[in-house]
Amino acid sequence: MTDKSKRSIGWMGLQRGHQARPLEWLVEKGILLVSFSAIAMVFLIFIFVARESLPIFLGQMNSASVQKVIPVADMDKLTPAQLQDYLGLTPKQFADMDDDTKKTLMEVKVDAAAEASKDKDAAINTTSWRYLLKPYQWTGYDKPVYIWQPVSEIQKYNIISLVIGSLKTTLVALLFSIPLALGAAIYVSQLTSPRKREFLKPAIELLAGIPSVVLGFFALIVMATVLQNIFGYQSRLNAFVAGIALGLAIIPVVFSIAEDALTSVPRSYTQAALALGSSKWQAAWKIVLPAAIPGVFAAFILGFGRAIGETMIVLMASGNASIVSWNIFDSTRTMTATIAAELAETVFGGQHYRILFMLGVLLFVVTFVSNMVAELVINRLKHKLEGKR
Amino acid sequence: MHKFIKNLALIAALLSVAVSARAANVTVKGSDTLVILAQKWAEVYMSAHPDVKIQVTGGGSGVGFAALQNQGTDIADASRQIKAREKEACIKAFGKVPREYKVAIDGLSVYVNNANPVKDLTLAQLESIFTGQTRNWKDLGGPDAPITIYSRENSSGTYEFFKEHVLKGKDFSASAQTMPGTAALLQAINKDPNGIGYGGAAYGEGARALGIKANASSPAILPTEETVLNQTYPIWRYLYNYVNPALDKDAIHAYLDWIRSQDGQKIVKEVGYYPLPEALLSRQGLAAQK
Repeated sequence: MTDKSKRSIGWMGLQRGHQARPLEWLVEKGILLVSFSAIAMVFLIFIFVARESLPIFLGQMNSASVQKVIPVADMDKLTPAQLQDYLGLTPKQFADMDDDTKKTLMEVKVDAAAEASKDKDAAINTTSWRYLLKPYQWTGYDKPVYIWQPVSEIQKYNIISLVIGSLKTTLVALLFSIPLALGAAIYVSQLTSPRKREFLKPAIELLAGIPSVVLGFFALIVMATVLQNIFGYQSRLNAFVAGIALGLAIIPVVFSIAEDALTSVPRSYTQAALALGSSKWQAAWKIVLPAAIPGVFAAFILGFGRAIGETMIVLMASGNASIVSWNIFDSTRTMTATIAAELAETVFGGQHYRILFMLGVLLFVVTFVSNMVAELVINRLKHKLEGKR
Repeated sequence: MHKFIKNLALIAALLSVAVSARAANVTVKGSDTLVILAQKWAEVYMSAHPDVKIQVTGGGSGVGFAALQNQGTDIADASRQIKAREKEACIKAFGKVPREYKVAIDGLSVYVNNANPVKDLTLAQLESIFTGQTRNWKDLGGPDAPITIYSRENSSGTYEFFKEHVLKGKDFSASAQTMPGTAALLQAINKDPNGIGYGGAAYGEGARALGIKANASSPAILPTEETVLNQTYPIWRYLYNYVNPALDKDAIHAYLDWIRSQDGQKIVKEVGYYPLPEALLSRQGLAAQK
């Protein structure tokens, strides 16, 4: 190591080390590949989800159940191309199918037409954006409504109630967890003795280790009853209960990032403040917190992303009624819980299936953007505090 | 190329025969209503036939049909009849209409909290409650309190049956809270004095079943074995098994026959549903229905 030439970068950035230790070099490249494959995975998953929902975005789906029916007796009058089109088969399926099966399929089509609704709304394509986002007065309703009724004679896919449900529970969760997590972070990073800190920090981060199913069950059985007795509201399971349970789940996320941001503020700031005669609390509140504000803000955004994407807790504790209201004591249905509860029984490739994937795309985009913003902010903060602009 | 695939299929078939000679695997998937009964059937049958392995999973009737058309299950349990659209999907997937077997009868109870003074409701009142027209118990002879509706997730056959037969196809009220199973629904009603919900009769713990009147002048009928079987109780349904006819042979066929035999039907009673009447059994016999 005393020889200076060994420490030079060497030809084309290759150090002599990689010849001397080929194994290490190989491992390093392997790790690099793995990290890149993670990016590829995220990308692939997004492509898959987006592809499944593409027909909705492009407006290619049609849920109108009024279709022309051809009597079975007229089967021979159709050209093969017409028949294939009528039965909705791919050329390969059509070629492989014998005449009896085609006949059965035609009979079933007649049955389906008989099952189809005689409603005036049956001709509407309910998967178009107008019906996904705007209220409409369906048959039997006395005013225009936002309604999510995917299993119905006329499938109604209005997603507004689900979006509001997701935002409502997330908001409650953030309002509940941010003050607690931020308070804990300030205390642990600025005010407490090192001994207490060593015990407090892991304790709070242990919260993250509780499986969300357990939290959800706890909310469903214990918290719902206790909170109802305290506040005396109408429906036992609602956005408030789900939000509180969700808050418990995101406290460790917000806490650990906020705490990191506060701790990375140089000690010289605090010491200078203390030297000028400010108290410990003043230094923490007026000096350290403002310096770390971008990092703390990033912690909130990350908490938001985590809360809006959480499934199990809201599925168990929110009551899952798709009501459009901003009242947090109403039962509510979130986007994630809807996907979890309904995806299993949808017809593969059907409208309901694609709408659920569209919800998935929305969630993906929201969490992706919020996480990215948080990452950028944290990076900028690090550079700023380390004095590298 | 085609020949090659045929050969492959032949080899695969031979292999599967070789495997099935040792242990037959039967998968059952579908209705949550049927899941307890299906598990009990599988348990009893497996203890009598150690060479057969039966896997039962729930998820909802819709899930069962979806799995049937994706060929992810041998038998689909359902608490409603197959729809034309599902038939169409099955024909496209394996070229046949699935074969239907009725396997039991279920009376759907309407549950309220034990403390609720309301004893019976007409079908019209039920419809108006669950569609959200009637919102207060005092309109039904109860206390002055808002009604909390508990419903099921829309993948459940119970949900669809109730929607079709009681709500006459109308939508459930948007404020109906959805529960992931009849047991969870009963637990919620047990804790909520203003709750009302519906579910299979086999559960009936922790809440009270209402008497149902077909119309305002008819007597209120409680769901009991007698009233369901003589069809005076108005909300009843068959429970079904569906199978791809191509698979309805050997172990699967034997199992389906056993379910509809005396032994299988005895278990239906133990679990709390109602066995099929003799006449229907002999008609369904061992011949498959159309």
